[in-house]
Order: sequence, then C-alpha cells, then structure tokens
Amino acid sequence: MSPEKAQAYWKENIAMILKLLVVWFVVSFGCGIIFIEQLNSIEISGVKLGFWFAQQGAIYVFVILIFVYVKAMTSIDEKYGVHE
Amino acid sequence: MELQSLIYLFVGISFAIYIGIALWAKAGSTKDFYVAGGGVHPVANGMATAADWMSAASFISLAGIISFKGSDGGAYLMGWTGGYVLLAMLLAPYLRKFGKFTVPDFVGDRYYSDVARTVAVISVIFVSFTYVAGQMRGVGIVFSRFLQVDVNTGVIIGMAIVFFYSVLGGMKGITYTQVAQYVVMIFAYMIPAIFLSLQVTDTFLPQLGIFAQTTFEFNDGVRAIPEGTYLLHALDQSIADLGFAEYTQPGNLWNMFMLTTALMLGTAGLPHVIVRFFTVPTVKDARVSAGWALVFIAIMYTTISSVAAFSRVNLIKNVQNVEYKAFVNGELTHADGTPNDGRWFKTWEHGGLLAWNDKNGDGKIQYAAGAAFKGKPAFDGENVAEDGHRLTTNGVPAENNGKIENELYVDRDIMVLANPEIANLPNWVIAFIAAGGLAAALSTAAGLLLVIASAISHDLLGQVIFKDKTTGKSTLNEKSELMWARISAIVAICIAGYLGINPPGFVAQVVAFAFGLAAAAFFPTIILGVFDKRMNKEGAIAGILTGLIFTFGYIVYFVFLGGDKADYFLGIAPTGIGTIGTVLHLIVAFVVSRMTPEPPQEVQDLVESIRLPNNAGEAHDH
Repeated sequence: MSPEKAQAYWKENIAMILKLLVVWFVVSFGCGIIFIEQLNSIEISGVKLGFWFAQQGAIYVFVILIFVYVKAMTSIDEKYGVHE
Repeated sequence: MELQSLIYLFVGISFAIYIGIALWAKAGSTKDFYVAGGGVHPVANGMATAADWMSAASFISLAGIISFKGSDGGAYLMGWTGGYVLLAMLLAPYLRKFGKFTVPDFVGDRYYSDVARTVAVISVIFVSFTYVAGQMRGVGIVFSRFLQVDVNTGVIIGMAIVFFYSVLGGMKGITYTQVAQYVVMIFAYMIPAIFLSLQVTDTFLPQLGIFAQTTFEFNDGVRAIPEGTYLLHALDQSIADLGFAEYTQPGNLWNMFMLTTALMLGTAGLPHVIVRFFTVPTVKDARVSAGWALVFIAIMYTTISSVAAFSRVNLIKNVQNVEYKAFVNGELTHADGTPNDGRWFKTWEHGGLLAWNDKNGDGKIQYAAGAAFKGKPAFDGENVAEDGHRLTTNGVPAENNGKIENELYVDRDIMVLANPEIANLPNWVIAFIAAGGLAAALSTAAGLLLVIASAISHDLLGQVIFKDKTTGKSTLNEKSELMWARISAIVAICIAGYLGINPPGFVAQVVAFAFGLAAAAFFPTIILGVFDKRMNKEGAIAGILTGLIFTFGYIVYFVFLGGDKADYFLGIAPTGIGTIGTVLHLIVAFVVSRMTPEPPQEVQDLVESIRLPNNAGEAHDH
C-alpha cells in the first residue's frame, strides 16, 4: 500500500473514532455527571433521567457504540483493501 | 435439601467443571500458555474477558457500595464499562496487530529499550499484585461464609484451586475455564435479582424493576409509604425519613467525574484485560471481542443498579423495628403473611460483618443514618446479651440530634451475599450465589496470576536477563521458558495467598487503586505508542515513571500516612487521582519526547504496520 493511501486510511479511522468518542463522552460524562441535575428534572415512571443515564443508560449506549465502530471500521478496511 | 448441603453440591459441581476443563485444555507450548494459541473465538473470548475482569469486587461488593452511595455509585457503573469503548477503539485492534504476547512486549519493542520493558514489567507486577490481594481476600470471605471455615483456610483452598488450573492450563486452560465461570457467575447474579425484582415490584426484568411500583406498604418506622408508590420514590422518601441523603440525589460531581475517568482509563490499561486481545485470530476479531466482552459485562452491570436499590429497600423492609429475639429465631411474618426469617442476621453477626447495638433498650432493631457505635464493631469475645445478640465494646457516638438513633452496623460487602437470605429466597438460590461469588473471585485471580507469571518468565527472564547480547534473542528454549512460567505462577500464587491472609488492611479500596495505577502507568504509553509516531523511548520511560510515582505517592500519602483531606489536590479523592496521573504522564511524555531524538526508522515502520489491520499473523488452531 502506498504511504498516501495508508495516510488516508488512518485519517478516516481517526475521524470516525473521534465522532464515536464524542457520543461516548456526552452520554457518560455529559448526561450522567455534568448535566445530571438538569436531566433529573425529567422523570419517567419514578426514575430520574440523569440518574438512569449514570446507572444504566450510558452502559447500553457503550455497547451500541462498539458494534457501530466494528461495522464502520470493517467497511473502511474493505474500502482500502486492508481487511483479512 | 439443607442449605449447607446444597452449597457443597453447587460449589463442588462448579469446581469439578473448572478442573475438568483445565485438564482438557492443558497447555503444551508457551504460546498456549500465554495467549491460548491465539485461536480463541471472539464470542468465547468476550465471555472469558468478562469473567476475567468482573472480579470479586464487581460480584460481591459493587451492589453493596451503590446501595449505600445511591446516585454517586454511577461512577463505578459508567467507569468500569465505559473503558471498554476506549479499549475497543484505541487499544485492542493495534495490540492484536502487533502480535506478541504481553504489554511489556509491546512497550519494549515499540520503545526499543530494555529499560522501558523492565519498567513495564515492574508496573505490571505491581498493578496485578495490588489487584490480586483483594481477590484472594474475596475468595477467603466467600469460602468462610459458605463452607463454614475461617477466612484463612478459605484463602488456602482458593490458592490450591487457582494453582491447579492456571499452572497446568495456562491461558488456554484459563480461557475455557473462564467461559464456564462466566456462565456460573451470570446465572448466580441474575436469578436472585429476578426473584428480588418480582418480590419487590412484580417486574420480571430487574433492569426495569426500578421503573415499577412497590407491591407492599413500606413502613420505614417513621411513616407508612403506601403500596403502589414508584420504587425509587419509596426509597428516596424512606431513607430521607431515616436521616440519609435521598438515594437519587447526586453528591460531589467533581469527584464523581475524576473517579469515572480514572476507572475508565484504568479498565483500558489493565494488563490482564489487554492481554485478552492477543488471544483472538484477527484484528477484526479483537474489535468484535471487546464488543462481546462489554455485552456480557453489561448484562450484569445494568442489573447491579437495580439490585442495589432493591437491597436497600429490602434491608429496611425486613429489619426496621423488628424484635431481635423473635426475628433471629424465625418467628416473624410480614403483614401479608410471608415469613420474615432473620436467621441470616445471626450468621453474619457471628461472621463479624453485622452488629446490633440496642441503644434505647427496646429489644427492637432500629436502622437510620448515623453510626451504631464508634468505628467498626469490636466484639466482646463471644459474649452475648440476654436476647442472644453479640455484645460490642465500642463507645457510643454523640446523639443524632433527636432523630432516630441508628443501632445497626451492616458491612457493605455482605449485601449481595446476604440479600437472598434477607429476602427469604429458596435455598438453592443462596447456594448458587456462593458458586457465583467464587467463580468471580477465582477467574480474576487466575487471570492476574497468569499475567504476573508471563511478565516474569517471558519479559523479564526471556527478554532481559537471559538475552543473548549479540543476537538479541532469548537463550531460553521453549521448554525451559514454560517451566519458568509455571515456577513464576507458583511463586505468584504463594505471594497472593500471603496477601490474602495478611491483607494490607485496605482491601475495599484496593481495586479502585489498582485501576488508578493502571490508568496512570499504561494507558497513555500504549495510546501514544500507536497514535504518536514521534513518541520515543525517553518520553515513554519518563511518562510511565511520572504517572506511576505520582499516583502511588498520592494514594500512599493520603490513605496510609494519614494525609489530611483538606490538602487534597484540587479536592480530588485518592480513588480518582489516577486521572491526574494519566494527564501528567501524557504531558511529560510529550514534552520529553520532543526534546530528545526521534525514534529509529524501523520503529516508525513498526507503528505504520500496527495501524493497518491486515497480515496480523496466522491464527493457530487447537
């Protein structure tokens, strides 16, 4: 593989990771900590939303994020022909 | 069947399975021993990673901690799961591509230096022993409760079992044993959780139980909260009545932020978790495997928050204002006619993890905010009061400002183990919990011991001490390296056992500290090794040392040398300081590397090749 192509692959990889890490940060540190009190004013069936994000919600999103990453990465790998 | 016979039966069967698997998957080569021959299916590897990583702390202690901390407990739940996102995206695929056995291997090769390798070996051993001490203690506690032996005997039984399968089977044996342990563990956690959820809220899925309404009138001793109140409302109201902060009320958000970060970075930097991603066939499998690991962890972790809330409700529901003597003799019933059998209370009281101090002399147990007495219970030998409760010799703290006086001491670590008994669940459920707790502690202990063993035999002996100066290769042949690996494992087990029997006195916090150290020592080194081509050996060594020494020093000063809380750096508690250690590591590594020569061309080529997922080396079949 040419160095330019490897560079482009790496750039695309980083851009995708950064996008996913923004989501990761928002659901955990954002919803579960920084804005927990604001979100707690919303209540569903007796459960405050900020509390729920910190104790359950963020975990569900983490799982989804990893599988989104695997899928996106696989398609980038195939695009650049570096898959196995 | 009697509870005790059921426990022997369940624990016996599960151990027979683990040992059977260890014999079946006996390691024949160093590659089998270190990374299971590199041919483990990603789903199986995910399950093994989950078991490896969910320790006695997760299984036994976490719901208890959250049960008493309430909202702030979210730091543990998010921290210990969010790290997998970092692991999957920033570490696992690249380490798999790198294709060697251990974290020091990566550090040594990427930073072309035996000094870096040695620093990494020492850090691995240090972090792993910090962590394993807590596990061995956990094993001892579970054995002592369920097999009715003392804690030290429990630790020795645990050592014997870990010895058997980790020394014989190595990583290959451990991986498949851990798959079995995961299955035992998850059933042991979910079944009582489902029972509790049905009992407290009529909801089958415990994850949804916290959204449900109570199935009973909840009398906290101050007022009766009617049936059909939302569970968390009932919990908030009742513990506020008893003088505690509301369960869902957040506390110190800054410290929660720091702790969450430290736990996330630590999870991604823990050597025994990282090494798992060397065991799958391809780079893609390493990514998928991290996802599966988190799925299996999430099943338990999303349940923990519910178990924590149920336990707190259950504790109040069952012990508040009950007459001690009738309670522990199993003579009480609830308003709806179901039994409220308090024999568990006596068991744990005798184990020393529960104590009652009848301050007002009314013969009834009162639970509220405040301490039942000064410090941890100091029992007056085996002396008991007229009604049979164990007497303590602690002094009584100041009055609780006219509010209800708390008379109950409950050790947080017993919540998960005692909960099924508190709720009067069937005996087989309680026996199952015993098997699950042991699976959790043993699987983590085994994984850590193996990492210690391979760090010593492979990295220290093979790559540094017995290295041929001219060829740069290890002079140990495979057979003698395998022998050294087994010897190291034996020595490591003995030290771990010693730490379990003579715990350094801080077991509850030890796991959080191990995460802080792992975060500060490893996470940045590996990340920079992949993402910053310019990073050189000077930067890496300076960074690791800065992170490790700062974090360790801070913990030692404030936890063990009696440093004053008022002097906390930016108000950060020692459990969260790993975050600052990591930042310092990054800064020092960056600055030092830019002031020193860039790494040699072949290392820069190595980094280029790690970044591409293809040609990761062939997978080995069993």
